Amino acid sequence: MTHAKRRRRAILAAAPWVFTLGFFLIWELLVRATGTSTFVLPAPSLIAEALWQFRGPLSLHSFHTAWMTFAGFALAVVFGLLLGMALGASRLVHAGSYPLLVGFNAIPKVAVVPILVIWFGVGWLPPVLTAFLISFFPIVVNVATGLATIEPETEDVLRALGASKRDIIVKVGIPRAMPYFFGSLKVAITLAFVGSVIAEYNASNFGVGNLMARASADFNVPLLFAALIALAVLGVIMYAATAIVEKRMTGWAQRSQMASA
Amino acid sequence: MHPETFVQAFVDIHDVTHVYAGAEDGAPAVEHMTLKVREGEFAAIVGPSGCGKSTVMKLATGLQFPAKGTVIVGGEEVTKPVKLAGMAFQNPVMLPWRTTLDNLLLPLEIVEPHRSRLRRHKAEYVARAEHLLAEVGLAGQGSKFPWQLSGGMQQRASLCRSLIHGPKLLMLDEPFGALDAFTREELWCIIRDLHAEQGFTVILVTHDLREAVFLADRVFCMSARPGRIIAEREVDLPRPRDLEVMYTAAFTDIVHELRGHIADARQAA
Ligand SMILES: Nc1ncnc2c1ncn2[C@@H]1O[C@H](COP(=O)(O)OP(=O)(O)O)[C@@H](O)[C@H]1O
Ligand SMILES: [Mg+2]
Repeated sequence: MTHAKRRRRAILAAAPWVFTLGFFLIWELLVRATGTSTFVLPAPSLIAEALWQFRGPLSLHSFHTAWMTFAGFALAVVFGLLLGMALGASRLVHAGSYPLLVGFNAIPKVAVVPILVIWFGVGWLPPVLTAFLISFFPIVVNVATGLATIEPETEDVLRALGASKRDIIVKVGIPRAMPYFFGSLKVAITLAFVGSVIAEYNASNFGVGNLMARASADFNVPLLFAALIALAVLGVIMYAATAIVEKRMTGWAQRSQMASA
Repeated sequence: MHPETFVQAFVDIHDVTHVYAGAEDGAPAVEHMTLKVREGEFAAIVGPSGCGKSTVMKLATGLQFPAKGTVIVGGEEVTKPVKLAGMAFQNPVMLPWRTTLDNLLLPLEIVEPHRSRLRRHKAEYVARAEHLLAEVGLAGQGSKFPWQLSGGMQQRASLCRSLIHGPKLLMLDEPFGALDAFTREELWCIIRDLHAEQGFTVILVTHDLREAVFLADRVFCMSARPGRIIAEREVDLPRPRDLEVMYTAAFTDIVHELRGHIADARQAA
């Protein structure tokens, strides 16, 4: 490797760090230079202070939020897989339930939270259920698509051998739907996270959402921002985890990226 | 009357008219189609694109059922997918999550009696698959995934898959269409040798007249849609045929004659 090439690579590796640090530095300088009030936009140094000061409750509540998200997400995976398979395997189920599903998906799920509160009261159920409701749709659609788009020739090869519908679904449909399924998990986990935080904000005594609701009532703006940072970290961790699972489970479907990498 | 009408045909398509359920205009894909192929024979079907060649394949394997007429394969009228057939298409349709070897074993997971024997006699079947791979020049490639193979290699593997369960009828739908000329010639020789050795019946659909004449005992020409058989030509070139035969006058004459039929068919369309 030439010297110039190595240098370019080092610069590229350093770039994310430099840009991130630069972002916060400019933020800090702007806030100080303009004398912006802490109630509008706290300086990063203040947010860092709040992060440290409230590290106990922040990590506790983050852990709780992660749990709610994960529980709702797990429900969505189970339900989404089952419904997706039914939809992909049977044209009747597909034709019959698709309008209902689309209509349901069109509802902004925040609007469901008040109903959940009436049904289940304030507690852990509304966040879990909101996370579930908001995240199962992409899983259903993806699994159904994977199943329903088997190449007609593959189907012909198997049917000419006397394969039953069940054989075709087991041998081809399900393995084929797996990349679609794992691909949808990244979207689903992000949505589930949105759902649990929103429900916590409105209908829970615990979790980062609830912490934010209380910080907002107290006008504790630095804590609000610290909670945002905690959410960002949590979100990235959950996204990365599903991305890793996807990569490990469906390596064969990512061959094109691997080849070009 | 032809003498061969007395011999029982292995594939007997008699006066078949087929309309696809999804056809918008309700026009038939094939009409008054009659075709007989004897057991062990290598038949080729040629015709202009869209004339219903693939439809004939689907009818003969029970993937489609005719609106009119009868289809008899192996002495039985086809009322459900026939289980004695193997198929290969222009697109090799290998399952990308399975290794080449596991792709080959797929038909055995479907067809009885192999289906119930497969688990206990795995080694025997793997040996059979590896033997087939070696015959098509893919020795030792079984552990690779299909996407690690070239198009020609995938097509060879697809050929192996269509033969693994020892079918009595091999249906080939333009299997060499997407290959380069050299690979195509190699595969011609492979399928020629497999046919000579195992004696199954072959129906090959192609739009390459030289391919048809080189491989087949009998060539059927189809008209433009709705497809019918407009000419049937026995290829009496002696076997085993070498690629060199394609440069002989006898060979060229047959190709030329068939070309005339196809040209007429296109003119009429
Ligand atoms: N599943 C289908 N539904 C409706 N029409 C079809 C279907 N498959 C083929 N056809 C029509 O039937 C005709 C014959 O098709 P095909 O047998 O595939 O032709 P070939 O293989 O000779 O090119 C074409 O005109 C095609 O459009
Ligand atoms: Mg075709």
